[in-house]
Amino acid sequence: MSANLSAILYLVSGVLFILALRGLSSPETSRQGNLFGIIGMVIAVTVTFLSVGNFSSGFIYVLMFLAIGGSIGAFIAYRIPMTAMPELVAGFHSLVGLAAVFVAISAFINPAAFNLGTPGNIKLASLIEMAIGAAVGAITFSGSIIAFLKLQGIMSGAPITFKGQHLVNALLLILIVILTIYLCSTQSSNLFWILIAVSFLIGFLIIIPIGGADMPVVISMLNSYSGWAAAGIGFTLENTALIITGALVGSSGAILSYIMCKGMNRSFFNVILGGFGATDQTSSSQQSKEQRPVKSGNADDAAFLMKNASSVIIVPGYGMAVAQAQHALREMVDTLKKNDIKVSYAIHPVAGRMPGHMNVLLAEANVPYDEVFELEEINSDFANADVAFVIGANDVTNPVAKTDPQSPIYGMPVLDVEKTKSVLFVKRSLSPGYAGIDNDLFYKENTLMLFADAKKMVEEITKALD
Amino acid sequence: MEIDPFIFRLSIFILSIFVGYYVVWSVTPSLHTPLMSVTNAISSVIIVGAIIAALSGSDGVVFSSSSIYGFLAIILAAVNIFGGFLVTQRMLAMYKKKKKDK
Repeated sequence: MSANLSAILYLVSGVLFILALRGLSSPETSRQGNLFGIIGMVIAVTVTFLSVGNFSSGFIYVLMFLAIGGSIGAFIAYRIPMTAMPELVAGFHSLVGLAAVFVAISAFINPAAFNLGTPGNIKLASLIEMAIGAAVGAITFSGSIIAFLKLQGIMSGAPITFKGQHLVNALLLILIVILTIYLCSTQSSNLFWILIAVSFLIGFLIIIPIGGADMPVVISMLNSYSGWAAAGIGFTLENTALIITGALVGSSGAILSYIMCKGMNRSFFNVILGGFGATDQTSSSQQSKEQRPVKSGNADDAAFLMKNASSVIIVPGYGMAVAQAQHALREMVDTLKKNDIKVSYAIHPVAGRMPGHMNVLLAEANVPYDEVFELEEINSDFANADVAFVIGANDVTNPVAKTDPQSPIYGMPVLDVEKTKSVLFVKRSLSPGYAGIDNDLFYKENTLMLFADAKKMVEEITKALD
Repeated sequence: MEIDPFIFRLSIFILSIFVGYYVVWSVTPSLHTPLMSVTNAISSVIIVGAIIAALSGSDGVVFSSSSIYGFLAIILAAVNIFGGFLVTQRMLAMYKKKKKDK
């Protein structure tokens, strides 16, 4: 296949990837968008086979490895529970990162195959692109592995910090730059391996100090990195499809990180430098330990309150995912709707462990997406609602964010749950949320605490409603 | 003087960042999780590089020191491509509108 024709076809697949993302602007067009993405991928792979034009025994092996990887991927995709999406995405990011590293290594060992020169005499620009692709890929890989372990609960979600952490990270970053410069002047393969090793280390060090509740930012950030790694390799291979995709994914991840940071009212650097609530939480939580009275109730009380309501707003959070309560919740809502009670769902941008996590879980439980609203859309409705039903959320409902400038979450956009006539708060105990601060909402006069496992409580309420 | 082809690629790159910026802002927040899984899948187009690397061995030699990395990368990228697109499809199939059958 001529080089020009394949370049045009790569461009076509790049455009199809743009359309794939464009489709996600509404759920109706999203499935079509995904199809565009698949077509784009098929084109890119087919064109590569045709332009390499090597259909010897190696080709059979390529198909075999493709089939092996593909079946593993398909198996995972069908088996994974929706609550585990954050882990899955983190895991997938690590694969992209490692693949980028492998491709860069291969190009470094055998540059002739990629038209980049000969070993020890690789074109300068290619060498720089290769080094960037490999370094970013390696950071993505080790960072995503840590994120995956934290999300899986294999590693503690608590931030791990040590003295001089930022200094070490800064020095390692400078080291990477120096290594790249030396690599370009000496073309030494040892330097290339050291560069990759240092990048693995820095990815690991960047993610360990970041706590569980900051995972939405971390996942988006790693998403972005995986894009930049792909773009770096795209420049090395002079491949338009890869460059376009890398840029798309890179900016997509960056925008998501920005949205997540805004949802927490924290700067990006604040999150990256790590340790939310790890430092000054002890003082503030001890002060508020002076037993304030709370009203607690049972399922019957909750059922009574909701039965007499005309509108209910449900505020789900990560706790709902942990308790796998989304299906039970939907059943409860069905019963409420039978009694002509208006029900809507309010989603905070950082609810859950990744952007849009709650929406997927509700969709899985067959909640129609036009009953689910974002913070800005629904916040003014709380004042007119009779009952707010908070299930598994905490910090995102804390009115302290609006009233107390001393609070670590001051300024964070929160749902105006306290404005509803009555608040039902499903929670296991009075323990503070991830920000490590007490929630004033617990002690309000119109709040009824329901201390139980989210799923059990919702099931009991449904029974009591009948 | 002729323009270095690198400049063309850089132009495509920069313009794509802008396209990505505007396209992603128009993605509805309720689809942010599928957005992440689909970007994951498309970034695995890096398999293009993996295939070139895997087929780089000289005649008769399938597994050379450089092609072996290509083969490994093919497996990783294939997991991601199939896993990413299929899980996205699975998620998107769940987004339904309210039934107007009352």
